[in-house]
Amino acid sequence: MAVTEVRTTIHPAGTDPVQIAEKIKELFPDQVIDVANFRDQVSVIIKKDMSVAILKYLHDDPLLSFDHLQDLTAVDYLKKKDVRFEVVYGLYSMKYRHQIRIRAQVAEDNPSIGSAVSIWEGANWHERECYDMFGIRFNGHPDLRRILMPEDWEGYPLRKDYPLKGPELEKDWIGFREVIRRSQELKEFEWEG
Amino acid sequence: MIDTSAMGLVQVEEDVKILAPNVIITTFDKIINWGRLSSMWPTTFGLACCAIEMMAAGAAHNDLDRFGIIFRGSPRQADCVIVAGTVTKKMAPVVRRVYDQIPEPRYVIAMGSCACTGGVFKTYSTVQGCDSFLPVDVYVPGCPPRPETLLEGLMMLQEKIRNEKARWSPWR
Repeated sequence: MAVTEVRTTIHPAGTDPVQIAEKIKELFPDQVIDVANFRDQVSVIIKKDMSVAILKYLHDDPLLSFDHLQDLTAVDYLKKKDVRFEVVYGLYSMKYRHQIRIRAQVAEDNPSIGSAVSIWEGANWHERECYDMFGIRFNGHPDLRRILMPEDWEGYPLRKDYPLKGPELEKDWIGFREVIRRSQELKEFEWEG
Repeated sequence: MIDTSAMGLVQVEEDVKILAPNVIITTFDKIINWGRLSSMWPTTFGLACCAIEMMAAGAAHNDLDRFGIIFRGSPRQADCVIVAGTVTKKMAPVVRRVYDQIPEPRYVIAMGSCACTGGVFKTYSTVQGCDSFLPVDVYVPGCPPRPETLLEGLMMLQEKIRNEKARWSPWR
C-alpha cells in the first residue's frame, strides 16, 4: 500500500474532503472516474476493480483514519447511466471528523464487488441487505444470505425493473401462497353464524 | 302441567311456589355468550406501531381489564387475536399459525389500515389485508387507531358474540 507524505499538523476539523479526493486520484489514477461535489459533500466515483484496496487505504492511513463506515448501500441507475449500479460507501473518521463518499460502479452483466467486511466488521449486514435488495454479490463476504426477504424469495425488490406491487399471486413467494391455500382449505371449519 | 318437583320450588304461602333464592333461569345461548364476551382474552400480536396503541388501550387510562379483556401471552389460552400492524408476506405464516393455535371459539380483530387493507404499503412485501388468510370479525380503521377506536372495535366484537346462536351446540 502506498505511503502518504508525513504531515506534522492536522486541521482540527480534519482534512478537506476535496484534498482527500485529490489524494485518492493521485494514488489510484486509473481507478478514479470522477469526483462529484454537491454542497461540500464530496463523492469519489471509482471503478469496482480495486475498491477494497482504496477503502483499505482510507481506513488504514494514519492521517485519514476512516474508522467508521456510516452506510453502505447501492443505487440502481437503470436507463439513467451507462453503468447500472453504484455501491455507495459513506465514510467518516471519528478521530479527525472528516467524511467522504465513495461510489463504486458495478455493471449489470456481472453485479459483484469486493466485500468490505475485512475492513469494517459492520459492513456485514449492510452488504447482505444490498445483496438482498439489488442482487449485488460481495466477493469474500463470510455469510452472503438474504437478510430481509425470505431466503427462497425470487428477484431483487429494489431494482428499478422489479414490479412495485410485487409479483402476481401465482408467482408470489411460495410461503405466502401456501398460507393462502391452507386458509382456503380450512375455511369449511369456520363458524358462519 | 309441568312437573316442578325437580326445580326445587319453595312454598311461600298457600298455592304460591317460587324459585329458591339465588336461582336465575336463562337460555344456554345467553349465559354462554355472556361468559364469552365478559372474558375475552386476546393473544398479544403486535406487528408495528399499532401495537403501541394497543398497549395504550390496555394500560391504566383506558384499562381493558374492566371489560374482562386481559392480554394473554399464549394463543392456546386466548379467545381472540388482535392483528395490530403491518402483516408482511414473511410474517403471514406466523400470524396464521398463531391463529390456528387458538382454540374454538376464536375471533380476529384487524387493527389499523395495514391489517385491514395493507394501508399505504401497496408493495411487494406487504399482505394487502390480513383477511386474505384470516377470517376477520372486526375491522378497526385508523393509522394507527386511537385506543378509543380499538375499544369500540372490541365492544363491537362483544356485541357480535352476544348475538351468536348455538355456537356451543354439537349440531351447529
